[in-house]
Amino acid sequence: MNINLTRRRFIKSVIYSAAAVSSSAGWQLASAQNRPAGGVERLVSINVNGRTRRVDVLPQETLAHTLRYKLNLTGTKLGCNRGECGSCTVLIDDVNHYACSTLTHSVKDREVTTVEGLRAADGTLHPVQAAFIEELSPACGFCTSGQIMSTVALLKENPKPTRDEARHALSGNLCRCGAYDHYLNGVMRASGQLS
Amino acid sequence: MTYMHIGKNFTPPDVEGKVTGEARYAEDFRKEGMVFARLLTSPLPAGRVVSIDATEALAMPGVVGIFTTEDLPQPAAPANPALATEITYLGQPILALAAESDLIAENALEKIRVQYERRPFVTDPLDTLLEGGPDPYPSGNTLVNNGAAAAAGTTASGTDVGKIKWSRDAINQFRAGREPQGVEFGSEWSYGDLEAQFAQCTTIVEEPFVTIGYPHHSLESRTGMAYWENGKCYFHGSLQSHTVGHAALAGMLGMDPADLVFINENTGGGFGSKIFPYPMMAVTGKFSKKLGRPVQLRITRDEEFYIGSARSGMQGWIKVGLKEDGKVGAVDTIIVNDAGSGGGGSGSSSAGHISIMFQPEAMRFRGVSLYTNTTPRGAQRGPGQNEMAAVLAPIMDKAARQAGIDRVALRRLNAPRPDAKHGPRQGGISSSYMPEAIDQAAQMFNWEERIAKPRRISANKVRGIGVGLGYHSAGSGGYDGLVRIMPDGKITLHTGVGNLGTYSYAGVLRAAAEVLQCDWANCEIMHGNNDLHLPHSTYQGGSNTIFTETRSSYVAAQDAVNKLKEIAAAEFGGSVDDYSIGGERVFQTADNSKGMSYAEAAQKAIEMGGAYSGEEFPDELNATTKRSVTAMQGTGLIGVAKDTLPRSGTQPGMCIAFAEIEVDTDTGKFDIIDYTAVAECGTVVHPLGMRQGMNGGGVWGFGMAGYERHVYDPQNGLPANVGLYQSKPPTYLDVPATMNIGAVDLPDPESPVGAKGLGEPAQGCAVAAITSAISDALDGHLFNRAPVTADMIINQVAMNNFNTGELKTNTF
Repeated sequence: MNINLTRRRFIKSVIYSAAAVSSSAGWQLASAQNRPAGGVERLVSINVNGRTRRVDVLPQETLAHTLRYKLNLTGTKLGCNRGECGSCTVLIDDVNHYACSTLTHSVKDREVTTVEGLRAADGTLHPVQAAFIEELSPACGFCTSGQIMSTVALLKENPKPTRDEARHALSGNLCRCGAYDHYLNGVMRASGQLS
Repeated sequence: MTYMHIGKNFTPPDVEGKVTGEARYAEDFRKEGMVFARLLTSPLPAGRVVSIDATEALAMPGVVGIFTTEDLPQPAAPANPALATEITYLGQPILALAAESDLIAENALEKIRVQYERRPFVTDPLDTLLEGGPDPYPSGNTLVNNGAAAAAGTTASGTDVGKIKWSRDAINQFRAGREPQGVEFGSEWSYGDLEAQFAQCTTIVEEPFVTIGYPHHSLESRTGMAYWENGKCYFHGSLQSHTVGHAALAGMLGMDPADLVFINENTGGGFGSKIFPYPMMAVTGKFSKKLGRPVQLRITRDEEFYIGSARSGMQGWIKVGLKEDGKVGAVDTIIVNDAGSGGGGSGSSSAGHISIMFQPEAMRFRGVSLYTNTTPRGAQRGPGQNEMAAVLAPIMDKAARQAGIDRVALRRLNAPRPDAKHGPRQGGISSSYMPEAIDQAAQMFNWEERIAKPRRISANKVRGIGVGLGYHSAGSGGYDGLVRIMPDGKITLHTGVGNLGTYSYAGVLRAAAEVLQCDWANCEIMHGNNDLHLPHSTYQGGSNTIFTETRSSYVAAQDAVNKLKEIAAAEFGGSVDDYSIGGERVFQTADNSKGMSYAEAAQKAIEMGGAYSGEEFPDELNATTKRSVTAMQGTGLIGVAKDTLPRSGTQPGMCIAFAEIEVDTDTGKFDIIDYTAVAECGTVVHPLGMRQGMNGGGVWGFGMAGYERHVYDPQNGLPANVGLYQSKPPTYLDVPATMNIGAVDLPDPESPVGAKGLGEPAQGCAVAAITSAISDALDGHLFNRAPVTADMIINQVAMNNFNTGELKTNTF
């Protein structure tokens, strides 16, 4: 166990891993290791919640960082910042991903959806959000955004999951309050299987 | 009793923000000019900081300052300092550094050179208890209370670090599961004639036990953001409590509470670790003042493990005696607590669990709380009671088997009744419907049918059926309530309770709405920001909120109703006794045409002034409440009062749980097939909230039973399971897909709405039900440990004797 595993070292390890498996990305990412603190930001366009957002991004910057610190989308939470808890879950092309473990540069041509992007234009809550309210699914609420995004991803792929399928699909989302039963009730209500 | 609001589901106002991402936690706030602070922490479990050279770091572009022990007075040991030079645990904060970005701050920390001096360390309490063993602090291994000396002015502090040591023979006796002879304890109590009662017992069970502490791991790691403007400090924080935290934080920052604005509408978990302000908050506030800039200090997940608090562990011995009729005659127990660095053990509370839930005729507790060079320990969900529930359940099962009594029957026979006595003073309790709870849960679970099932399911699967009890005192009193009726008819309900995710901040105000007989939709809840004029409310911990704060809400609303009637009587004649309320009107009972709306009465209150609109208020109110009422003067009809309702003894929050598990004897893994739990929490105020608390407590119980524990390498003192994956809070796949929850729903007579708490016993009953079920699945084998991990189960199935731990703790 590396007792000094800081966020920065974690990001470095992500970069080393990425460099090892992708020769095309290798030069840029590996060279980022030798840059001074912060590196050089580059202006990129990313599609977030249906809007194109232009933002200066560091080479090693995670999507969670960009969303929270540069786009002020603070609904995406950082519980661990190392891919363990799922509080930062967002959709990338309708598939749930940990934003803390995704480099922002890797989503340039893809559609990112955060919890703030679920409401309809008229303000109507997404069915998953409404169901989670009805079932009092959140407890402290810190993991709720991630639970919702994983549920939205699940229901896109499997509109009528069994309770067991739902708990497997959400198993990457930790709830320290232990509100799992209520979240699963929310999933079943959102999928029209609980009245 | 038929209620308008109590016992009905409602949507707490903060839920929508939680599902839309609009709910803001401390780290979601920004302020122009804000800098990011990060902590430099100790890589050693014990030692001393000799020197710090931050020259290179401070010269880096973007670094704005450093904050060390020179900026913050050091409290005397064993108080846990925010920043330390005397190192007593790995991960202990040494200094903070602030920079324009978090990345710069993290890079700069790596440029700071620190010279350390090492000291011997200890991770197992019995190693420091041993004569000649290493001490976690330079001056010793245990807390010494110097209250009298401090009062006399002969010491600077009420506490000190002293030493307790046992001989090698005594340690060997204890490790071998026997009562150590001729040893010193830090605390002890007893009642009844222990020897005489044991002499009358026909069944005696004597066992050692170990429970291992584990971190709270609140998902929102500790965060604060502070800035100073016009002599005021604005502090965005993360606490379980609000107004009691506000006053304490002002003390930490050395300022007048009137100048501190504490904002904390949402808290990402606390579980006991954020009841009161923690040392790091002093760094945030004072560093901001030093720099003259807003400072955000957010700690990492690793740092949350180190400084985010943890449960104390126990190494113990217990002797239980049952009489011929199955009544518990006597209990004798010794508990050595692991207090970590500067924390505290809960041995007496652990013994208290036995005292109330099994009502022994005589009992003795002896204990010693020892420091180790591991993370600081503090209150964690049912501290003491719940870890005792974990190890006690299989031991009582063994006693029941020996006595030939059904396990549930044993618990029902000894369950507390309304005349039950509790603890060393044998004080009374406010209510108990525990026999009813046991009956209800046994019926829901279908105990009789399940217990008759064969244990063997297949070649590698065995079934276990378990039952467990949970307890925590769940009530307090003496706090203030505050409500306001506005001239536009709106009603503001104010609470200084924190929002830790139980929704009790809103639930307690249902009592005020009940008294006012008003539409809930017409009420606005004021909480989470003391600029919203909050009363002095209870600490949010110890399962006490629902009992304590429904009382203060109730008395404040009663004050408002009395004022409504006085105003109406002044307008229409007669006395207050001639008036009633309903439909948000106050009117003559005999002629409801003679009356006025709440809105009209509020306007009258403003015109009449005095106590009606907050210009005058009772002197017995807390200073926090007085400030709030003063700020609200002339804005409406003010209902404000201190809770002086009668209260006697302890308000017991209690629960019972049943579990059926399937143990895989090839892997040691167990699945929880069914979980059924019933709360004895008085009247249920918020049914969905009750379920939420029971389920959450259940999941915490599963974690304690099978997964969560500290693991330290005894060779070098390094923790081995810092992250969430290794610490292993339960996931969706570790808990049953559905949990069955019920409540007795009968009123506690000392609450005006009959309610008492359940958050902590909800965990105790769950862990006990699982450890009971594991033992049942393995032919009654007693592990006498929590957690019981998969490797331990495999070792037992293999009968390889690898499980002979001799009370080892904080390791595999």
